Amino acid sequence: MKPADLTKLAERDLDFRRAYRYRINVCCSSGCLPFGSLKVLEAFEDAVKEFGVNGQCQVARTGCIGTCYVGPAVVVDPGDHVYQKVTPEDAREIVKEHIVNGTPVKRLLCINESFFKKQARLVLRNAGRIDPFKIEDYLAVGGYGALVKCLTKMTTKEVIDEVSASGLRGRGGAGFQTGKKWDFVARAQGSPKYVVANLDEGDPGVFANRTLAEADPHAIVEGMLIAAYALGADKGYIYIRAEYPLAIQTLKKAIEQAKSLSLVGGNVLETPLKFDIELRLGAGAFVAGEETAILSSIEGHRAMPRPRPPYPATSGLFGKPTLIQNVETLANVPLIIVNGGAWFSRIGSPKCTGTKCFSLTGKVASPGLIEVPMGITLREVVYDIGGGVAENRKFKSVQVGGPSGGCLPESFLDLPIDYESLTKAGAIMGSGGIVVMDDKSCMVDTAKFFTEFCVDESCGKCVPCRVGLLKLKEMFDEITAGKGKMEYLHLFEESGEFIREASLCGLGQTAPNPILTTIRYFKDEYVQHIAERKCPAGKCFEVEKEAT
Amino acid sequence: MTEWGEKSPSISSQSDRRALLLEKAIFQHQYRKEALLEILHSAQEIYGFFDKDLLLYIAKSLKLPPSHVHGVATFYNFFKLKKPGTHTCTFCLGTACFVRGVERIIVAAEQEFNVKRGETRADGKLSLFITRCIGACAMAPNAIVDDQVVGKATPEAVIERIRSAIGDDRA
Repeated sequence: MKPADLTKLAERDLDFRRAYRYRINVCCSSGCLPFGSLKVLEAFEDAVKEFGVNGQCQVARTGCIGTCYVGPAVVVDPGDHVYQKVTPEDAREIVKEHIVNGTPVKRLLCINESFFKKQARLVLRNAGRIDPFKIEDYLAVGGYGALVKCLTKMTTKEVIDEVSASGLRGRGGAGFQTGKKWDFVARAQGSPKYVVANLDEGDPGVFANRTLAEADPHAIVEGMLIAAYALGADKGYIYIRAEYPLAIQTLKKAIEQAKSLSLVGGNVLETPLKFDIELRLGAGAFVAGEETAILSSIEGHRAMPRPRPPYPATSGLFGKPTLIQNVETLANVPLIIVNGGAWFSRIGSPKCTGTKCFSLTGKVASPGLIEVPMGITLREVVYDIGGGVAENRKFKSVQVGGPSGGCLPESFLDLPIDYESLTKAGAIMGSGGIVVMDDKSCMVDTAKFFTEFCVDESCGKCVPCRVGLLKLKEMFDEITAGKGKMEYLHLFEESGEFIREASLCGLGQTAPNPILTTIRYFKDEYVQHIAERKCPAGKCFEVEKEAT
Repeated sequence: MTEWGEKSPSISSQSDRRALLLEKAIFQHQYRKEALLEILHSAQEIYGFFDKDLLLYIAKSLKLPPSHVHGVATFYNFFKLKKPGTHTCTFCLGTACFVRGVERIIVAAEQEFNVKRGETRADGKLSLFITRCIGACAMAPNAIVDDQVVGKATPEAVIERIRSAIGDDRA
């Protein structure tokens, strides 16, 4: 298949899609599946046949549209009608009223304009709009157009320049300039070169990458192919958590289909580019998401980080030049190629361009998956998009950046979300988790929870992380058992700083963040716990309560 | 003592379809050492868990030191080194589930079924496990009973689900 053939195929698929007047998109991603969305899908398929409208109404199994709090969610196009909590019985009613009679079923509509209004869906552009198991759907919305453009009209240098011009930064957490990284790998000597897509989303409370893979796996594959072309890479790996069975299925299928259209494998679209992609399953190690630990894991070892330099760009997987990129970063690339780096650089804030996907969870009224332009404030995210704190309780804290992110108090709600501002406040971008906590959450208990997580997940290579965190956890145990001492506060800060300075990888370097930020912003609670043995939220001192 | 890995995996007494499947998986990876994780995944799919013989067999097949295979298998949480019960209930202890009170549900299930987290009940019918985030945070708290996710879980819902799974109709 030649590039021109692919373009023709895409046009055909688009015509096919346009032949239908209506399209019913049923979300069947991990968020909606437990609520029976497959049965709903079946009911829709039966209903369109029953009412004889299967010629004008297409029913599709799609990924997530983000409104996970009202699952199973269904979107009817045209018009973007979002239906919530749809049951198989409702499906029949929707087909009868909306498709046959042309009047949306008001009773089931999800009216939440503010949830979508402040979002900018670029990476998730196709989420909930296409069937992730069908490459035709991706082609119909212009998929692989960016790859064709690269292969036919752009030199490798032009591709890298375009990515550099966009100002895109790594979405995995560290925020390194993507263009620069590509340039390093392109210049590096050695063969073969590898591209590793990082989908080891180990952070508890984060599901943005999973949702992307479940909704639009081809965007990841296309991003990898463009990177392979620009860098002259030969082989790609997608490292994905074994805990994400559906995402594994969609990606497997996507690679298979891409191979059948000669998009992956030898001589991509009859050009000299050769690029094969394999899936690699993680096995439940948080640290494996770290840039160098992921390499150890793919090589069949324990996922332990390595010292840098040498950087993976020069000596990565099996000692060869390797590009490691979060899947969200890769999914941005096709957009940048199609619309230009200059277009991308105008989105978000000047130093931090583009958008970021966040998993908005915890005690928030409308939890779900959101994508917002960089520079938006936390207040807008929590109150405008998330609808404020659930059950109208009082806002206490918002934790940004996964288990090693910081907990920020109300006074930080007007903080713009970008790499620098978050780091300055003591939090991190991480892989994009925003967890809202209300007054029922105890900050000491929360910090203890995160410390326990990091103790479990520390790989054990560096002593400060392995032993230091354990010591901090023991101090927490004493405090919550009513045996805390005031000097612990100072000790927390001192050890925390030390662990941060002396650890090799991102896990150790950020693990003390929850402790340091809770002490910084919620010192009163610690003092109350230690001096008065009181937990304002009523979470700690279980044992004593039982005794009395 | 037999030489390490000499004996095929512990089930050597049974007719060995499973051993064949494992051998096939190892062959597909061309006995490459770096495919260890893939092979461990396949082995767990086939056998359900790892015992010493199984690990030794894999080590021998890939010409890896047993210590390395054991080290890798124990490093990753996903690999099970103890035989799980016929039914399992896994609780998600991710941040969102924690904030939304999964702990309460775990304690309730532990008391109801008389088994601690991470362990298997004496009759081998039920295991309770903890996992760090299944990525279904918008529906927190979550539990997984025999591969079925229970979203927005309550102690009652989870206990009910486990009961019907293990066929325990004691009211």
